[in-house]
Amino acid sequence: MMLIVLGVFVGGTAWTVLFSFTNIKIVPIFTPSEWINGFVGTANYDRLFHTDRWMECPALSHIGQADWQLQCRGALPNVVTYAVLSIILSISIGFLLAVFMDQKVRLEGMFRTIYLYPFALSFIVTGHVWAWILSPEYGLQGSIRQLGWTSFSFGWIADRQMVMYAIVIAGIWQGSGFVMALMLAGLRGIDDEIWKAAKIDGISTWRTYLQIVLPMMKPVMVTTFVIVSSGAVRIYDLVVAITDGGPGISSDVPTRYIYQNFSANLGQSLAASTCMLVAMAFILIPWIRMEFGKKG
Amino acid sequence: MSSTSITPIIPAGKKPKKLITTERVVVYSVLTLCALFFLFPLYIMVITSLKDIEAIRSGNIFVPTMHPTFTAWGKAWNSACTGLYCEGIKVGFWNSVRITGPSVIVSIAVASITGYSLANWPFKFSEVFFTILLVSSFIPYVVMLYPLVLITRWLGIFSTLPAVVLVHTIFGLPILTLLFRNYFSSLPQELFKAARVDGAGYWRIFFQVYAPMSVPIFTVAVILQITGIWNDFLFGVIYAGPTNYPMTVQLNNIVNSVQGGKEYNVDMAATILTGIVPLAIYFFSGKYFVRGIAAGAVKG
Repeated sequence: MMLIVLGVFVGGTAWTVLFSFTNIKIVPIFTPSEWINGFVGTANYDRLFHTDRWMECPALSHIGQADWQLQCRGALPNVVTYAVLSIILSISIGFLLAVFMDQKVRLEGMFRTIYLYPFALSFIVTGHVWAWILSPEYGLQGSIRQLGWTSFSFGWIADRQMVMYAIVIAGIWQGSGFVMALMLAGLRGIDDEIWKAAKIDGISTWRTYLQIVLPMMKPVMVTTFVIVSSGAVRIYDLVVAITDGGPGISSDVPTRYIYQNFSANLGQSLAASTCMLVAMAFILIPWIRMEFGKKG
Repeated sequence: MSSTSITPIIPAGKKPKKLITTERVVVYSVLTLCALFFLFPLYIMVITSLKDIEAIRSGNIFVPTMHPTFTAWGKAWNSACTGLYCEGIKVGFWNSVRITGPSVIVSIAVASITGYSLANWPFKFSEVFFTILLVSSFIPYVVMLYPLVLITRWLGIFSTLPAVVLVHTIFGLPILTLLFRNYFSSLPQELFKAARVDGAGYWRIFFQVYAPMSVPIFTVAVILQITGIWNDFLFGVIYAGPTNYPMTVQLNNIVNSVQGGKEYNVDMAATILTGIVPLAIYFFSGKYFVRGIAAGAVKG
């Protein structure tokens, strides 16, 4: 049993990493000799990073043009945009909500239930609801125009430049309630003595939160960061449901890229998977060192 | 998280505050506004599904219809088209039941026994094994997708129900094992020792001593797995095969199918139907759900 698990997790990961350096095509079984014969070094990675769909950055000579044209496009920059925005937004919204919830409010249970319910839903469900709300013709934009504000414009999901931000909105809607729950647990874990001391020193509630409680929440923050970012890196279902990578391929993300290239371009697919593994390691290693550092 | 931990130790000396202060008003308005933002999509989903298609074309997304009808719900369940056939989302519902049931049972059975072994019957490399499991739970799924395609193909089960059950079981193991190991380690060791002195073996201790004491953790695990597997999309698409597509995949196909005009009311009804199972679990399970997702969030 344990051998099976180890075989799948360690073996599977190792397999992907190893064969990302070969020119494999779809064949039933892969053996060590095939690995040696098919070894192509980093050729897959070279090709991957020269594929516009993965990453396309304007040449240096373009610097000085409009801001939008300076931005990199493709699956990799998209996921970076999504991850950075959703980490910043969901952590700050989640923290603020938790602080407000911590003010001994009545109906706390009701508020928590409301904030958290999107987290129970599938990304596919979330995605289709938001795709409908954000659809330009009959959704938010059309309806507000119908109410009389005819110049109102909110067609992000049909706009190549803005589509990732539309996906971020849906992601925030689904995830920030959960961040709130984690943060609230952290806030409740803070010793009451701290609050009393701050009160005696005459520090206002909001300053206490910002300058005393926030630094004390560092472990909770780090855990939340790891959870949110590891989720953001592997974003897939949400994109499939909202835009399916569109318009064109302007909201493509790595997982979608990898999945779609399994048949046509397996080597590149594996190379892309390895890149995601490396990205994950960058997130995890500092966290693991911190966790183990505490004990050691 | 429980509110009992904040005992209101407010010493005498300060007079009670006024009930309504500016601060209170701000706190409640912010909370209410946020609540409205979170409820908004649910509201839109429900009112859209109750309209007929004419009301959607001519009406406003915010305004509920005067003549609610459940025809869209009937159509979504019975006859919506997925692109392959027009039998509605009920096919996906039953597929999801057939996928979720075995996956939940098998993964929890295996994980609870593994967790129990790690906690009470340490073997030579159990710490190493545990660390690998812990790290595994963070590895992105995509890294192992293709190797698993090869493995399931080699086993001859690719594109069948057993394949998707196997994959769910494997990916459920790290987090569930972690959950069970931590729970079993927190139980007093004396219990285990006493049972051994009385002559109980590996299985007997598990079934007659540990399992009955562990109903809460089993509940958390069941909730975690049902919602997680029900909401899965990627594994269903890859390993289940078109005849076994789970509800999420069917929903996606229904919404994206291009036969005839787009029927937003049917799409929204199908979306609600897909979301209703995890939502029901969420509303009825309360704090177990929160514990479950706190553990499950790290699921790779």
